[in-house]
Amino acid sequence: MCLAVPGKIAAVLEDENLGLRRGKVDFCGIRKEVCLDYTPEARVGDYVLVHVGFALSVVDEQEAQRVFEALRELDQLDELQESTP
Amino acid sequence: MRFLDEYRDYKAVQQMAKAIRRSTTRPWTLMEVCGGQTHTIVKTGLQELLPKEITLVHGPGCPVCVTPVDMIDRAVAIAQRSDVILCSFGDMLRVPGSAQSLFDAKASGADVRIVYSPLDALNLARSNPKREIVFFAVGFETTAPANAMAVWEAERENIANFSMLVSHVLVPPAMEAILSSPACRVQAFLAAGHVCMVMGFEEYVPISQKYGVPIVVTGFEPLDLLEGVQMTVAQLESGRAEVENQYARAVRRSGNRPAQERIADVFEVTRRAWRGIGEIPSSGLRLRDGYRRFDAEFRFSVDCIHAEESSECIAGLVLQGQRKPYECPAFGTRCTPDTPLGAPMVSSEGACAAYFHFGRRKENGDPILSTAAAGD
Repeated sequence: MCLAVPGKIAAVLEDENLGLRRGKVDFCGIRKEVCLDYTPEARVGDYVLVHVGFALSVVDEQEAQRVFEALRELDQLDELQESTP
Repeated sequence: MRFLDEYRDYKAVQQMAKAIRRSTTRPWTLMEVCGGQTHTIVKTGLQELLPKEITLVHGPGCPVCVTPVDMIDRAVAIAQRSDVILCSFGDMLRVPGSAQSLFDAKASGADVRIVYSPLDALNLARSNPKREIVFFAVGFETTAPANAMAVWEAERENIANFSMLVSHVLVPPAMEAILSSPACRVQAFLAAGHVCMVMGFEEYVPISQKYGVPIVVTGFEPLDLLEGVQMTVAQLESGRAEVENQYARAVRRSGNRPAQERIADVFEVTRRAWRGIGEIPSSGLRLRDGYRRFDAEFRFSVDCIHAEESSECIAGLVLQGQRKPYECPAFGTRCTPDTPLGAPMVSSEGACAAYFHFGRRKENGDPILSTAAAGD
């Protein structure tokens, strides 16, 4: 139920249907119209997390990388341990 | 990056599992409170990657599963009116009520429709001015901004033939209810990432402090879940109990303010009954008095609801993490997704359905293994 899917904003619609801020969001090739009212800071090119037609968060791309950096450090730690007799 | 596949990478997941195995020295029981996370854990066999000391139990994280029977009976009764089109998310339709599910009502002629968004229901109201459009609003904090927006729009545009049957629930009070039960064996929580995306995670700090449990806001992909476990175990092993955020790419400490403001404008906190658990104070949302004309409970007064539960179903114990689904005598025999006794066997996010679809027993009767981990 709480599924939210990341998609890239392809366009912010000027013609404001419903009076709400709307945009076209690309989900791996499928484009859907999404309400952007809750993410006023979102711009074309941003990734947003979308739940039942509403963008609820802009993906922080720097934070998204963090886990991979941590894994690289773990990898180096492993190599270090393996090379130590 | 597409912020999806990268977090399903086999090598990265294995590496994180290795880090967890390395840091675990004692047995720990962790609970996740989100059906989407339960689904991923069982489907991908994450439990089998963890050291045997770590047990993941599945909490009441499926809104469909915790919606009380009398609410479903009420929805069925409203749907049976000839002037009504009743809309809901797909999962809700197969949940058994006392006598009928919404699908049964549809089969016997009621106009019941599945929508993707509450705004679709609002569009139906615009295009069917002579029909009453009722949206069955079920969900956690994640779904509340969408439902609040639909009511707010209906008010703004004066769409008089739209209403909502509200059965909204809140996660933190349910976590407290679980922690305060004498039978509780949960030592830490993976908090639901998308609930926190809306609400932030300040409200978990007092819970963590009061009960001395680590709470880690966690995402939904396999790597997210394992990192959440890793951060939780690191706290448990070092004797800390704090609120941490694994899912920082989506969740900010204070959450989504515009969404919180719209929720607070339209809804107010109320007590709610949770199917299988019972009433929990301040654990739900209802429409504020100013929006009462959009409340389907008031618009269509439905009396004489005598809700009846299956006596054999142990959904309440499963939802509180006190029993695994396969410990139920009816699991997979008298209770299947086609003939469910309780809601967790219906929704794809229900723990029972997840184990039914993706789990299997080893032949010697050992605990259930996921098909993914068994290499089937």
